[in-house]
Amino acid sequence: MKRAHLFTLTATLASLALSFTIYKVIVLGFPLAPQERTDIWRVEVQVSFEAVGGPVKAILYLPHSTGGLTIVDQSFVSPGYGITTEARPGSGIRAVYAIREARGHQALYYRAVIQRERRSDERSRDPRPPLEPPDYQGAERAAASAIVEAAIRHSSDPHTLAAYIVKRLKDARPGEEAHLLLGRQPSNARLVSVAVGLLHFAGVPARIVNGLALAPERRDARFVRWIEYYEDGRWKALPTVEPATADALLLPWWRGSEPLVEASGVENLRHVVSTSRSYELATRTALNQRRDLERRLVEFSLFGLPLQAQALFRTLLVIPLGILLLVVLRNVVGVKTFGTFMPVLIALAFRQTGLLWGCLFFVLVVAGGLAVRFYLEHLKLLLVPRLAAVVIVVILILAVLSVLSHRLGFERGLSVGLFPIVILTMTIERMTVVWEERGAAEALQQALGSIGVGVLCYLVMNLHAVEHLFFVFPELLLVVLALTLLLGRYTGYRLTELRRFRVLAR
Amino acid sequence: MSWRSLAARLRRSGVLGINERNAAYTLVHNRRDRYPFVDDKALTKQLALQAGVAVPELYGVIEIQQQVRSLPQLLRRHWDFVVKPARGSQGDGIIVVTGRSRNLYRTADGGFLSDEEMCFHVSNILSGIYSLGGQSDKVLIEYRVNFDPVFEPITHRGVPDIRIIVFLGVPVMAMVRLPTRLSGGKANLHQGAIGAGVDMSTGTTLSAVWRNEIVAEHPDTGNPVSGLRIPSWRALLAIAARSYELTGLGYQGIDIVLDRDRGPLILELNARPGLAIQIANRTGLRNRLDMAERARPALKTVEDRVAFALESFGAGA
Repeated sequence: MKRAHLFTLTATLASLALSFTIYKVIVLGFPLAPQERTDIWRVEVQVSFEAVGGPVKAILYLPHSTGGLTIVDQSFVSPGYGITTEARPGSGIRAVYAIREARGHQALYYRAVIQRERRSDERSRDPRPPLEPPDYQGAERAAASAIVEAAIRHSSDPHTLAAYIVKRLKDARPGEEAHLLLGRQPSNARLVSVAVGLLHFAGVPARIVNGLALAPERRDARFVRWIEYYEDGRWKALPTVEPATADALLLPWWRGSEPLVEASGVENLRHVVSTSRSYELATRTALNQRRDLERRLVEFSLFGLPLQAQALFRTLLVIPLGILLLVVLRNVVGVKTFGTFMPVLIALAFRQTGLLWGCLFFVLVVAGGLAVRFYLEHLKLLLVPRLAAVVIVVILILAVLSVLSHRLGFERGLSVGLFPIVILTMTIERMTVVWEERGAAEALQQALGSIGVGVLCYLVMNLHAVEHLFFVFPELLLVVLALTLLLGRYTGYRLTELRRFRVLAR
Repeated sequence: MSWRSLAARLRRSGVLGINERNAAYTLVHNRRDRYPFVDDKALTKQLALQAGVAVPELYGVIEIQQQVRSLPQLLRRHWDFVVKPARGSQGDGIIVVTGRSRNLYRTADGGFLSDEEMCFHVSNILSGIYSLGGQSDKVLIEYRVNFDPVFEPITHRGVPDIRIIVFLGVPVMAMVRLPTRLSGGKANLHQGAIGAGVDMSTGTTLSAVWRNEIVAEHPDTGNPVSGLRIPSWRALLAIAARSYELTGLGYQGIDIVLDRDRGPLILELNARPGLAIQIANRTGLRNRLDMAERARPALKTVEDRVAFALESFGAGA
């Protein structure tokens, strides 16, 4: 009866999870293996200034999802400042940082994660903006008319018109009409604003765009300007400078000729923009689903979470597999370990430190802790203060090891802080008790068992494919649950028992 | 021999593994709410006394750290005694004091302890380092058993005891646990004591197990462990059978000592008795448990159950 119940339950769980997984693979196109990758860009703006004392207000333009790029995530770091965002129709979105009283050097940060849009939005249409031709006078008016007339003659649509105007302005030689409009030292910014003026003059709405070229990665990226002209209900971009590399992506940031940052109550206003690139699973191809129901499904999956939370779940979701392995090793193989789940926690710590360093640190910390614990035995301390003392010593040992390994140039050592300190302390305490009651051999054997199980759990949990599988298909945890439930009724011998009882075999 | 065939042969011999013991016996037959009666030795003692079963006399209980200061006064009244955690498992934390030497306590394993060390040990027990799950504990100070001389030739210090597995009130298997130099005078197999199987029909010792190996002689005294007749065997089985009514646990181990002057005393009860007893008896538990379960409805009284054990579980059977 109980058996039938258990089998029905586990079969239901497993088939539910597997059918959902298969649906996601076949219908929604989620990748089973993590090989596909796609670009993610991170942009950081640092605004720094000297506050003179009194209220400070800084206004920063923000990028927003347009064209082929989407802002996946953004964050503001600005200690003490209140932040509001406001939309400025025609220009973009601005963040307003404000504080009542500030003095001295201040730094404000804005970070954005940007990703290329797979599916461009074909349906939305921008309303036709009003034409605002510049008020040219005298010679300028004549020059503008000449260029525009030639441009209209040599073009068939707004795109070729804009391209012709830009070409004329670029190729301007002294004495020509274009040169008159551009002035003595034509910069790209000047060229863009003249071209936008001429486009309006020719009856095509256009605007100045400020933005970033995302490639290559820059510590100090510069904003560039280009033109957007209006055609068939949409804004289209026309770069006026050649991009540095062929695959450069242009991220529009704000429109118009205003500066990126404006601030009041400050001196020495500066900003630094940096761009960097990272890789993400190409799972997002599957995320851009067309049908409504499927989109809802994706929105309510882990991919709907902010990137940081996703990173957490990447780790969290592999823990059950480690635990399943632990159950097998304890109940089917019969390995003895300290603490029920300690090896899994050790394995988690190994993910940060790497295997070799992790093992080394584990051994050093436990050995150091044991030495101290045996010494404390002479002082006859009560249990809780003694445990507290060992915790403190364990932290000290970790600090010393980190400093030493850093001095020696091993950066890996720096991540030992993630070792489960309290668990280590309990392990040390249990180990001393076992050491005294059952002897050193038994204690070392259990310690070895713990670290061995930890290493095995780490090896399984750290497989890239495993991490990918459980993150993309979290429903597979139900399969793990089903297996764990089945193991809960495993009544066969443990492997170590076969050895233990072998004299009874007939 | 491959693992698969080894497992098959063990299964044929009816050897009980730890997973099966837990899943098919302790989880099924031992009700959770009965555990405190065996996990807390102070409670076990009370229960046994109420039921009229003899236990080692309790000299005192230390329940809070405050009382530790009065410990030396309490101990002064007794020449020899045993200090044990009420919730300890597998014999951890037990100190057997056999006498004094000046102002030091002489322990069964040949060591000496000062008052200060004894107080430290007691306060450690109170903080729960020997208890299951680390919960705070009590300390029992009780009568040290002067064991029956029958086991003298095959005991190294300490007190040998008799472990009987009782299933649904039927004693199914027994062994004598003999302390060795390695076990430090303690009778726990985990700690290095010897376990000698017992012929259930006669109460005579059979071969013995030491550290999962079968041995014929006591490693310290060199005397053969087999062929020793346990006195008043039938009475021991009756005590064991009655322990079922005492605790209500279907599957349990009972530890009995034979005192020279006071006769059989219940030392403790165990809701998860170990499986090494099978090696000591060179027999799997499974067949006997099945037999007991089948016969149980017909066995109305304690005497019936004892009689059933005597005739069914002999060494020849």
